[in-house]
Amino acid sequence: MVSSNQLMANVADITNEQMGTLEVENLVVDFALDSALFKRQYMRAVNSVSLTIKAGEALAIVGESGSGKSTCARALTRLYKPTDGVLRLNGQDINCPENQISQAHLAKQIQMIFQDPFGSLNPVHTIRHHLYRPIRIHLPRLEGNEIEDYMLATLERVGLSPAKQTADKFPHELSGGQRQRVAIARALTTGAKFILADEPISMLDVSIRLGILNLMTDMKDEGIGFLYITHDIATARYFAERTGVMYVGHMVEWGESDSVTQTPHHPYTQLLISAVPEVGRKRENSISKDHSKSQIPLWKPESKGCPFAGRCPKVSNVCHERMPDVTQVAEDHFVRCFALYK
Amino acid sequence: MFSHPFIKFLGRFYRGNTAAILGSVIIATVIFMSACASVIADNEPNKRVARGHQPPSAELLLGSTRSGKDVFSQVLHGGQISLLVAFSASAITTLIAVAVGISAGYFGGRIDEFLMSLTNVVLVFPQLPLLIILAAFLGQVGPLVIALIIGLSSWAWGARVIRSQTMAIRNKEFILAAEVMGESKWRIIFVEILPNLISIVVGGAMGTCIYALMAEAGLEFLGLGDPTIVTWGTMLFWAQSNSAFVVGAWWDMVVPGAAIAIFGGGLALLNMSIDQISNPKLKTGGYIKTWRRMKVEVEAKRAAL
Repeated sequence: MVSSNQLMANVADITNEQMGTLEVENLVVDFALDSALFKRQYMRAVNSVSLTIKAGEALAIVGESGSGKSTCARALTRLYKPTDGVLRLNGQDINCPENQISQAHLAKQIQMIFQDPFGSLNPVHTIRHHLYRPIRIHLPRLEGNEIEDYMLATLERVGLSPAKQTADKFPHELSGGQRQRVAIARALTTGAKFILADEPISMLDVSIRLGILNLMTDMKDEGIGFLYITHDIATARYFAERTGVMYVGHMVEWGESDSVTQTPHHPYTQLLISAVPEVGRKRENSISKDHSKSQIPLWKPESKGCPFAGRCPKVSNVCHERMPDVTQVAEDHFVRCFALYK
Repeated sequence: MFSHPFIKFLGRFYRGNTAAILGSVIIATVIFMSACASVIADNEPNKRVARGHQPPSAELLLGSTRSGKDVFSQVLHGGQISLLVAFSASAITTLIAVAVGISAGYFGGRIDEFLMSLTNVVLVFPQLPLLIILAAFLGQVGPLVIALIIGLSSWAWGARVIRSQTMAIRNKEFILAAEVMGESKWRIIFVEILPNLISIVVGGAMGTCIYALMAEAGLEFLGLGDPTIVTWGTMLFWAQSNSAFVVGAWWDMVVPGAAIAIFGGGLALLNMSIDQISNPKLKTGGYIKTWRRMKVEVEAKRAAL
């Protein structure tokens, strides 16, 4: 029998393409609010967001619910159609009308891991089915026993052993952490170079989270690029080299994870970090007390100003008029806030 | 062999489920007896074998009709056609309901709007009057045409139910995962979504089966079917037009009526048990038993005090 390592190496050759980047440039995603008859009202879920994911690195996107983090990831996998902006895979425009990359080719490069481990596997199919399909679609050269070997090798790779028994199980027979490992295995079977992880650990037990994060770190070390979406700024720093903070569809602060989390410049990032519970620390100032009550705005294409102006402790008149420009505060650390100019 | 998931499922389904066991036994018996009609019954259904309106006896188990035909033989042979109509109407209905419901629920948008307006049109038609008018318009029609009419006019309700279930499943993450994986739309519908709808589809099919059985008998009873073909409906039609009850030949009327009631009851029992599986909130039988037992115990204690 061919050893699984050898087989993995062969498959790696098949799917090995140049080390790439996944770039998003000025992405805008609008959703229609009204009924299908009069499509006049839109909400802007993502407004002019740019980011780059490099192979072998992780970019974390942090922000509260409704800040457009997941929408970014879903636009990258074509689940949502971008209103504006350019998405590039290895320098090639994903949505370019002429010379469009096929869904199959895109799927082979970019895969997603979802938040809910209970919803992301089909309850009527075995684990085998969940891994068999991507192999059939994306690695048509494999046949018979090779498929089985590759599948079992992938299950072992994500720490699900004995692989053979696991493959025959149904999703309800696995724990949340195990299911999330199956979801990762499914993403890996295509040989994906980029994995968009949409809050992969937020619904898991605290004791299991680190295991999944470490597994993802191993994948990262093997050259896979991650987009790590989370509201937990602490795990963002643990897992990702770079972090971006989003608020109501806008990227407000981004850069090297340590720099962003240690010396946050944007009032929203400061608010997020002050919200991280820490043993023995008193709730510092009254940022959250005074300002958390005001509404999170519904951003529309015609809205202007900084989206955080309504909640910001350092707000000034200009904040309501236009979005601040990008300021570089460190070598790899950028902020969009007027308060920095003062 | 007994470890196959389907057999395990059957085991779980029938254990302690009296309604399901009873329903299955009734349905199996009726189907078996109809299928083996020519072996079980000695007489041809349309052959004159006795004088008119003979009461049940050892020779003629269920008596004879006005024209001297064997009622036992007629009810078995008539069952073949009645059941065939019920099953094929139910199959047509289910096929259309699944196709329309899943397409509308999965694709959404324009397709959904179009299919749902079509469904609503079919839904607001009063079904039995429509059946009567169609059947009357087409003249005295054979059982297959009746099956077609019933099938084509009663899919709307099922389609709506399946559409809403599809919409609920459509937004589950495993469907998104399949889309991100690059699965084709048809594979997502048939392999990922459809197996999750099985209990609803089967339940709906059985409900339609009961409805089709009744509708067919109703149409034929009103004289809108072909009276020369023996079915449970035409048996009732002939019994009524020969005033069977008035002259005291109750067996002529009761036998086909009972056949319809028994088979319909069997389907309803089975359908009820399937409902309990797809909607666990209805699973009350066991709890009521437990509650009664506890009540008896408590009352016994009280009496002892």
